[in-house]
Amino acid sequence: MSESVNHTDRANTYDACPGADIAQESPLAWSFFNSGAPAPRPNSRVVLRELADRDHLILRGGAIVLDEAVRQVFGVSLPARPQQLVVFNGGVSSLQWLSPDEWLLIVPFGQAYRVETELRQVLGGASVAISDVSAGQTLVELHGEDLAMRELLMKSVAYDVHPRNFPPGKGVTVVMAKSSAILRRPDDSRWELVIRRSFADYLYRWLLDAGEEFEIGVDRNS
Amino acid sequence: MFHIYCPYCEEWREEEEFHAKGQAHIQRPLDPESCSDEEWGDYLFFRDNPRGIHHELWVHAVGCRKFFNITRNTQSYVILETYKMGEQPRFTAENPNGESQGGAASADLDSQTASVQEARA
Ligand SMILES: [Zn+2]
Repeated sequence: MSESVNHTDRANTYDACPGADIAQESPLAWSFFNSGAPAPRPNSRVVLRELADRDHLILRGGAIVLDEAVRQVFGVSLPARPQQLVVFNGGVSSLQWLSPDEWLLIVPFGQAYRVETELRQVLGGASVAISDVSAGQTLVELHGEDLAMRELLMKSVAYDVHPRNFPPGKGVTVVMAKSSAILRRPDDSRWELVIRRSFADYLYRWLLDAGEEFEIGVDRNS
Repeated sequence: MFHIYCPYCEEWREEEEFHAKGQAHIQRPLDPESCSDEEWGDYLFFRDNPRGIHHELWVHAVGCRKFFNITRNTQSYVILETYKMGEQPRFTAENPNGESQGGAASADLDSQTASVQEARA
């Protein structure tokens, strides 16, 4: 058989973004309403902020072909080392190693479809999977006092969050408060958590409770 | 704290992130159609239960979610090594001290075994 197949057409893609005219609620919207969101005060040592304006994609496939594709589309190389996190686009976008053949790509809200299309164009017939998981998880940021953030995390995860073991540019999937979360350090001033939508309220309330001694505040102007 | 070395994450991780998945290196018969009932039954239902060195399949369930192998002593519970899918164990019932067979991967395993002993000490 020498029949040519257009491999880019083999994936059935569609734009899952409903558009700006349809109101959307972030995974934490109900929690803010139901559990409250204490405003940050001058004595707040930790501030929590939901970064809901992001699209999340899972890239699966070989590191070499995916590396070539993300280099062409974003101009950054794929994090090849385990637990590696690469932040670009002024800290808004990121690529994180999740397993030897799986990466989490976070881009600004509404860009998932365009990014997927661009990546597929470069990838051609390569054996890869790109899935838009934006609706299933959300990104939560912690910023504030270094030690307070670390102590809050020490109460919540068994993983060693000391900077010696957890420098900026690292991200891990860990057990958090009997649920699971992706914990990452994009730079030395903040931590990020990627949490599942179905566990978002539980983990939000956990963080409020664990952060009480640090006068945790919630910044809702993101 | 009980840590297990994940060969894919390349670091020591908390035991609660892992699950045991039974005996390792079980091969599906190449031609199931020509198996006897006994051979097929052995493959499906019968597992080894050795006293001493045992090769087990584990999964890094919260983490990279990859399956890998552990060589564990069922008497002392000591984990002698962890290794990726498709690789062969260094510690076996016939070679319980893991004496180097001069394989290509032995340098890697040497450093990992050294850190196992370090962690135990
Ligand atoms: Zn792992």
